[in-house]
Amino acid sequence: MNLSPLFLKSSLIALIAISVLFSESFADNLTAADPLVREAEQKRVEVIERVAPTVVAVFAKGGAGGGSGVLITKDGFALTNFHVVDGLGPFMKCGLNDGVLYDAVLVGLDPTGDVALIKLLGREDFPPATMGDSDKVEIGDWTYVMGNPFLLATDFAPTVTYGIVSGTHRYQPPAGTWLEYTDCIQVDTSINPGNSGGPLFNASGELIGINGRGSFEKRGRVNAGAGYAISINQIKYFLDQLKAGRVVDHATLGATVTTQNDGSVTVNGILETSDVFRRGLRSGDELVSFAGRPIRSVNQFKNILGIYPKDWMLPIVFRHDGERREIHARLRGLHTKSELLPDAKPKKPRPKPKGKDGKPGDKPELPEMPKADPHAETKVVIPERWKDLFVAKAGFANYRFNQLEQDRVLASLKSLGDFASATGTWRLNGQSTTGDPFELTVSAKGIGLEIRDAAFFQQLEDTDGADEPPGTGGFLIGVHHLRLLLSKGPAAFTDSYYFGSEPLDGRGELVDVLVCGLSAVETRWYFSRSSGVLVGFDTRLHEDAEACVVRLTGLVDFAGKRLPQTWMVRSGEKEFATMRVERIEFAAMKKEAGK
Amino acid sequence: MMGGNWGRLRGKIGRWLFAARVKMTQTPPSLSRWLKGFCTTSNAKSDVVQRPVSTEASSVGAVSLMRDRCMERVFVLLTLLVAVSPAHAQSVRDTIGLTQPKIVKIFGAGGRTSLAAYGTGFFVSPQGHIATVWSHVLDADVVGVVLADGRRFTAKVLGAEPQLALAVLKLNTADGLEFPYFAVNETPSAGTGSRVLGFSNMFNVAAGDEPVSVIHGVIASRTNLEARRGAFESPYTGPVYVVDAVTNNSGAAGGVLTTRDGRLLGMIGQELRNSKSNTWVNYAIPITELRESIQQIISGKFTAKRDPNEDQPSSKPRRYKPLDFGFLLVPDVVDRTPAFVDLVQPESPAAKAGLKADDLVLFINDELIQTCRVMQDAVGRLESGDRLRLVVRRGNELVTIEMPVLKKKE
Repeated sequence: MNLSPLFLKSSLIALIAISVLFSESFADNLTAADPLVREAEQKRVEVIERVAPTVVAVFAKGGAGGGSGVLITKDGFALTNFHVVDGLGPFMKCGLNDGVLYDAVLVGLDPTGDVALIKLLGREDFPPATMGDSDKVEIGDWTYVMGNPFLLATDFAPTVTYGIVSGTHRYQPPAGTWLEYTDCIQVDTSINPGNSGGPLFNASGELIGINGRGSFEKRGRVNAGAGYAISINQIKYFLDQLKAGRVVDHATLGATVTTQNDGSVTVNGILETSDVFRRGLRSGDELVSFAGRPIRSVNQFKNILGIYPKDWMLPIVFRHDGERREIHARLRGLHTKSELLPDAKPKKPRPKPKGKDGKPGDKPELPEMPKADPHAETKVVIPERWKDLFVAKAGFANYRFNQLEQDRVLASLKSLGDFASATGTWRLNGQSTTGDPFELTVSAKGIGLEIRDAAFFQQLEDTDGADEPPGTGGFLIGVHHLRLLLSKGPAAFTDSYYFGSEPLDGRGELVDVLVCGLSAVETRWYFSRSSGVLVGFDTRLHEDAEACVVRLTGLVDFAGKRLPQTWMVRSGEKEFATMRVERIEFAAMKKEAGK
Repeated sequence: MMGGNWGRLRGKIGRWLFAARVKMTQTPPSLSRWLKGFCTTSNAKSDVVQRPVSTEASSVGAVSLMRDRCMERVFVLLTLLVAVSPAHAQSVRDTIGLTQPKIVKIFGAGGRTSLAAYGTGFFVSPQGHIATVWSHVLDADVVGVVLADGRRFTAKVLGAEPQLALAVLKLNTADGLEFPYFAVNETPSAGTGSRVLGFSNMFNVAAGDEPVSVIHGVIASRTNLEARRGAFESPYTGPVYVVDAVTNNSGAAGGVLTTRDGRLLGMIGQELRNSKSNTWVNYAIPITELRESIQQIISGKFTAKRDPNEDQPSSKPRRYKPLDFGFLLVPDVVDRTPAFVDLVQPESPAAKAGLKADDLVLFINDELIQTCRVMQDAVGRLESGDRLRLVVRRGNELVTIEMPVLKKKE
């Protein structure tokens, strides 16, 4: 090396000077850090300041326990865990970082997914969190966990922890059939007892999950580097159902699958009453994709299946005898109705907190704070001011919110006109798309249809209804239900409730779903989310029957009453007819149908 | 009836799952030193912001203007550039994506009491050599290995160095397959304050084709696992990286600690508990300690013991064990296992001195022996040239047995 002595000397002096500068500035002045570090720190501070007001501290009665939550709407809806609110009763107290303790009411429950929806009361301008897209979360992403671990915050200002995403699309098995974490997000961000129900935010402060579990094992019930959050995308699927005050259920395929030696996933058992069976899925068929995601293992399939609600229709691709088939099938529920009643418990007891002798491989535990003494909860305390916000009904977390949603959806029907007075026979005439004229006669005693030189009739006394015309799944009884809904509303049915929202036929626009049952027959009404218009209905003669599917477009006006113009009627894959209504007559009450 | 496997497993418990006592050999660095360490580790500060670590971003340009007033009144202008290797310039997401395929999930023996039947390992050659922790998991007829992409293989244990708690496996696979691997002869620099990533299948969260879990942390210290003679509950007693994150969980042993740009720093060790404070140690064994053995095992030149340079005090002096005298104690399965002699090798010093199986050791050189652990400890403290005097209970009588402490066979 040909370095001149002068250069060496200069360099040496400079190096000494630099080292002195560095050590002094770093020792004395923390602001001398790299601008990138400062910038990142500033961004974190800003994000935390922005989202901390959305974080909720949930308290059990008497403050003996609790968890966390996060606001998602201005009018006070907040997400938390099922296992946080379980046993707290319909009303609870929630603190925000403004230092104020608010009343809150229970709205909806998802015991399988460990999610609960509550509503904070007393303001219309709560600060909501912005929901992100949890499918875009990648391993290594920075995250914030906020909440009230160990119930530390006496002023309700959330505790903030910061860490990275350790794994995505993780599966954590259920305790019995409840509290199954599918497609969840694993983080090394500290999640401790009391963090349950609180938000997982991404680096820009978007809500990507609800924290609820951790692997604790032998080090005691504190963070051990593996926490799990329910993905917000799963919760989005259920949100309208939760807002409707329901106890919601998750989907099951109606078939069991197994992994073959070659890595393919095949059906090894199937319920013959299931929709997938009716669509052609058979034992031995290979599952190719589900809900648009390719299937590579049983675990992965459970992961995808678990995020969907019962009764949703989803695309399934399978291979039968080497032939690739694509179907849309409606999924069954994981539980029976009675299993979801408020006093029902999961099939197996929930894991008990363990001491330091926990075993490896133990199921992750729930980081909730200890509950108040259950024996102290002898009666439900309902604040006088909010007593109208809770209505108890079997199968619902809070039926009041279902009534509100029913009212909202039914409001659009009123704009169709006053059908209550049209108690006589309705007569609809027109042509099918194949050019066949038809006449549909709707009276209180029976429904008749003449089309293509054939006549079909469904009498309505002393019967639940039949598959009439044959092969339609019960179109005429569906028309009867439509008349009941239009003229008398949900009160005409033995049971009716707002279900929530779903994509129409598993692929169409988002629709609000109203379910009306009369004896064994059930009709699901679909209302466009954007316009409120009734866009179709499915009528099922009994739970496992192939539905009569009716899809409606356009409206025809007759003397101030409007009815759908085009009626597409099919059952399964087979279309019965698409009928276009041209004339409608409403006969006076006493006049007989006379056909 | 407990099978032989279970008996062997119990035997392993004592050997592999002891709690450890760790002593920091360094005092905590001062804040200024810590900050210096932090900020002069160029990767560290670039990682704070989540963006690709470009060469520009991680270079530090410092312009120093210095004036020598007294003497020559010359200005010395110097621009100092601290460069990092551009080959490693990438985002943390990319780092993780490139690193995870090098880590495998290992399934073997265990699944009883507090022993997990799963662990972690990492490729150290493109031919399918895997380094992992020498543990009870490998004590199975067939060791299963699942790759990040879900491919399943069986593997055989090629060799092990118990004092380093190291084992090297080889996938049973047809030739021609290539695997992404860590180059063990690289030596990335990382010190106290360096930001690191930990990769492992902790809690067996990852199944099938899921990649293992990754967590982040900072090296809190580079220190030695406590080197007090005879007190070891960990087979490994050399230098370790102590990390501020919970790297060492069930199934995490055999995972890796890497720099933020994915270079291998060390292997995550077995869970170790400080029995005095009931706290757990999160540490990794530096790859520099392991690579010689890894390479020797792979090349087939490995001979059970590391070459202990007798002239230099090794950081891992071998201590006496009961087997050096020709006897074994019963498996140390509970907290306070009585020190019963399990078997005595024929023709061994112990046999010659009259020790018999089922003797209960009460004293060693007048020290009261209450448990197997205390016994191992006491034997470990013996020096060559000492005499070993045991007082044992045999039936209803006390028997004194004496034998010389011979020079260890290395």
